[in-house]
Amino acid sequence: MSASLARGLNAFREAIDAPVASFFSSCVHCGLCAQACLFYTETGDPRYTPIRKLEPLRRVWKQEYTLLGRLQKLLGLSRPVTDAELAEWSPLVYDSCTLCGRCSMVCPVGNDITLMVRKMREGMSAAGHAPDGLIEATTRAIESGSPAGVKWVTVLAQIKRMQTQFGIDIPVNRQGADYLVLMSSWEILNYPEYLGAIAKIMRQAGATWTLCDHAYEATNSGIQIGASDLAGVLVGRIVTAAEELKVKCVISPECGHAYSAIRWEGPNLVGRKFGFEVKHVLEVLDDFRRAGRLKLKGSVDQPLTYHDPCQISRRGGVYQQPRTLLHDFAPEFREMSDAGVMNWCCGGGGGVSANERAEPLRFIAFKRKKAQLDELGVKTVVTACANCRVVMEEAIEHYHMDVELLGLTELVAEHLDDGASA
Amino acid sequence: MNNLELLTFARGTALDWSLALCCAGIVLRLFETLGLGRQADLAMPRQGGPGSGWRTIVTRSLPPPGMFQRDALTYVAGYVFHLGLFAIVVLFVPHIQLIRGVIGVSWPGLSSPLVDALTVATLAALLALLLHRLSHPVKRMLSGFEDYLSWLLTVLPLLTGYLAYHHLLLEYTLMLAVHILSVELLLVCLPFTKLFHAVSLFLARWYTGDAYARRGTAA
Amino acid sequence: MVQGKISSPLPGTVGEGLARRGVSRREFLRFCTTLASLMALPPAMAQTLAQAISKARRQSVIWLSFQECTGCTESITRSHSPTLENLIFDLISLDYHHTLQAASAAAAEEAREQAMKDNAGKYLLVVDGSVPLANPGFSTIAGISNHDMLVETAQGAAAIVAVGSCAAFGGLPRAKPNPTGAVAVGDIIKDKPIINVPGCPPIPVVMTGVLAHFLTFGGIPELDPLGRPKAFYGETIHDHCYRRPFYDQGKFADTFDDHGARHGWCLYKLGCKGPVTYNACATLKWNEGTSFPIQSGHGCLGCSEPNFWDAGNFYQALSMPVTPVQGAVGAAAAAGAAAGVAVTWHNRTKKAAAKAAHATLSVQDLKK
Repeated sequence: MSASLARGLNAFREAIDAPVASFFSSCVHCGLCAQACLFYTETGDPRYTPIRKLEPLRRVWKQEYTLLGRLQKLLGLSRPVTDAELAEWSPLVYDSCTLCGRCSMVCPVGNDITLMVRKMREGMSAAGHAPDGLIEATTRAIESGSPAGVKWVTVLAQIKRMQTQFGIDIPVNRQGADYLVLMSSWEILNYPEYLGAIAKIMRQAGATWTLCDHAYEATNSGIQIGASDLAGVLVGRIVTAAEELKVKCVISPECGHAYSAIRWEGPNLVGRKFGFEVKHVLEVLDDFRRAGRLKLKGSVDQPLTYHDPCQISRRGGVYQQPRTLLHDFAPEFREMSDAGVMNWCCGGGGGVSANERAEPLRFIAFKRKKAQLDELGVKTVVTACANCRVVMEEAIEHYHMDVELLGLTELVAEHLDDGASA
Repeated sequence: MNNLELLTFARGTALDWSLALCCAGIVLRLFETLGLGRQADLAMPRQGGPGSGWRTIVTRSLPPPGMFQRDALTYVAGYVFHLGLFAIVVLFVPHIQLIRGVIGVSWPGLSSPLVDALTVATLAALLALLLHRLSHPVKRMLSGFEDYLSWLLTVLPLLTGYLAYHHLLLEYTLMLAVHILSVELLLVCLPFTKLFHAVSLFLARWYTGDAYARRGTAA
Repeated sequence: MVQGKISSPLPGTVGEGLARRGVSRREFLRFCTTLASLMALPPAMAQTLAQAISKARRQSVIWLSFQECTGCTESITRSHSPTLENLIFDLISLDYHHTLQAASAAAAEEAREQAMKDNAGKYLLVVDGSVPLANPGFSTIAGISNHDMLVETAQGAAAIVAVGSCAAFGGLPRAKPNPTGAVAVGDIIKDKPIINVPGCPPIPVVMTGVLAHFLTFGGIPELDPLGRPKAFYGETIHDHCYRRPFYDQGKFADTFDDHGARHGWCLYKLGCKGPVTYNACATLKWNEGTSFPIQSGHGCLGCSEPNFWDAGNFYQALSMPVTPVQGAVGAAAAAGAAAGVAVTWHNRTKKAAAKAAHATLSVQDLKK
């Protein structure tokens, strides 16, 4: 078996449901979705209009699931979807969409365009039209456990470093802990301080936690590429581990789509409700804070702002917690325009940052975030997604901007009132 | 057939058939849409927030923060058109009588000259929307035959109604018959064009509102 | 105003007849002036009318009554004292009329046949009532069917005046289900000029005005597409209705004795068909200009329009459906549901098949 148009069209047929049908029925071609999409606003190219990215899926729906469409097909009045067309649509579906979700918020008839792009990727991937970078990342994730090929031995090295640096024991495969901590490959490779930060916070909060040596990767390339079979395999590893270790809660780290993968798609991918909770690390920090288990000292004096990762704020519902935390120790916290649930994407989520073909477009799209930052005039940006951090750091360098990126969990850990040095 | 016979046909047989086809079409399309089903969501939803599918049906009529300035024309003309059309259809006394004849309920109407003014505003909004659709790159790329047909189907009842009320263009009985027939054409085409959004948007908004309410960010 | 006596009327002419009755020149000219203005002719035409009518030989008129109620005759003869209508009867020789003639039975038919022979090609044929085609026996005169009598009498007529909505358009007998197969005069006679003077009944002076026009000019007046004289049927009731300002403002009476009704508001909601009815009721009115239905508080029935009996309930507004729609809509919903169930079955089967055909994707399957 290998990718083919037939498999792709079959996946389209599977993916179309009542919501999708109601969305295609309701679209009145008003174009407002384009006004919400940074790929359109920064390029002015109408090909990036969100609803237009779904045109092949729409034709399959029309021709196969509507009486009028079937009649038109019978009378030879409709065009079938071709492989060439799917090839042409690949950059639209994968390069110019980060699944950021703004279009779904603004569509006046209530279309969840983001959901439809996610579903369309099921067909695109099965038809062999996913971008090479994503295919490679997914292959590595399935075969080695991490999209960047990070193996447990690397993690082990980081664990040892953190244990030495902070003098805190980092548990692995511990049974019955409160929390199972996951990490993203970005954190393991680029921001290993995250692990140390978690260790310090857990110690102060007096919570029990653990890593798992066969379920440490939070990211889910299957979600990015849009292959639920593969996404299910990846998330299944975490679910199995969580059930094995009988943890109460799984913590999704500072990564955007990882949260979506386990919190919202997870149970549906594995086909059953979870017996454990799933929280983003910011939710856990907020829980600790409200219970008085998080004591902070000092403050960050420079003006700073918070960039809302799309999958955490708008698509995850975790937008108040980071602000509450920052207000505790950042007196110069300022909001950028459109802050909160309607904030703009960094341009690199949804698999775009793993897709080399998309790089030029990604930098153009970043002009939206750049405009927000320029307007605010602040040099420090705090966020809670490692991918946003990497993407923004690359773009900041590309545009020669004088802005630094900080991770919120690490920032919190640095200001813990625990007697130990930061 | 003389003009009064055409009018009687429009008020009789044509009305019966067009209402029937519209109704049958709507029911069919609802089955066609809802029958595909929606898989139950096994993820635990966030509780206690104000959002819900029902709420989004109402709130989605408002522009989200930051959007109005990006396309003020579409929003303003869209509101004027929809609100105007609604007022004309349900608050003009002759129309209220028609509705009474179909479903047996009626209510007070607006003064006729006010409805006349609203008609002018509504037609102006429709014209603005057409010009925008023809000139804006996004709208132009999205638009095809069906979009322009839908525009025409919508504009004809308003235009012919205006002409009939003012006794312009054709002899009155004929103009009135043409107006009623244009409405009937709209009814017949409604379930099978993008005009069906008048019904399906309630479903779409509910589904999306429900999905995002579960995540805690319904709008 | 010309003084003096009517100038030397010729024997057997209208002028002679008027002189014998003692009608003065002044009275006669006043009549002609009124007639001229009724037909929207310039005032100077009064003189032409006077001379033409005075000189004219009394016009032979044969009046055939078919499936009618005699309302048109009642209307045309409405008078209390010598009136305009009576003067008209001095201008014509009414050689055959069931209600007004003295003769009966064979003698009446002989009078008709004699008039047809004496005035061949020149007599005016007036018809009221519709003609049944379903069965000639439904309406006969002296054993002759209406259809046959019409065809026979029309042959020698100069012109035909179809008086009343029944003769002009088929009228009440033609209303659904039209059991007698009733048709209008114009449906049978195709080779003679026909003036339709509809109304149920027509306004008296409209009928006499049309006759006077024929007498004066020898031809037929300007007609609308339905064969009605534009002078009397050129405008709608609505366009001359004194309650029009209320329509324009949107002030309507809801019931027959409510606040709006008592204040003379528009009767649209009570079913007035004024907007689609062409007649002179709003201007000439009835009973010598006393009133007309709307002025009395009742909506116009549209009685001068073809098939007005089937053009919707008299008490329901013009915008309402003419037949109840609930049945059609109910049946349609059921049909839609049936089709919907079939379509749903198809859609779900197709989707299930797609699910069954789903081969689990492995990473190798991501490439072609």
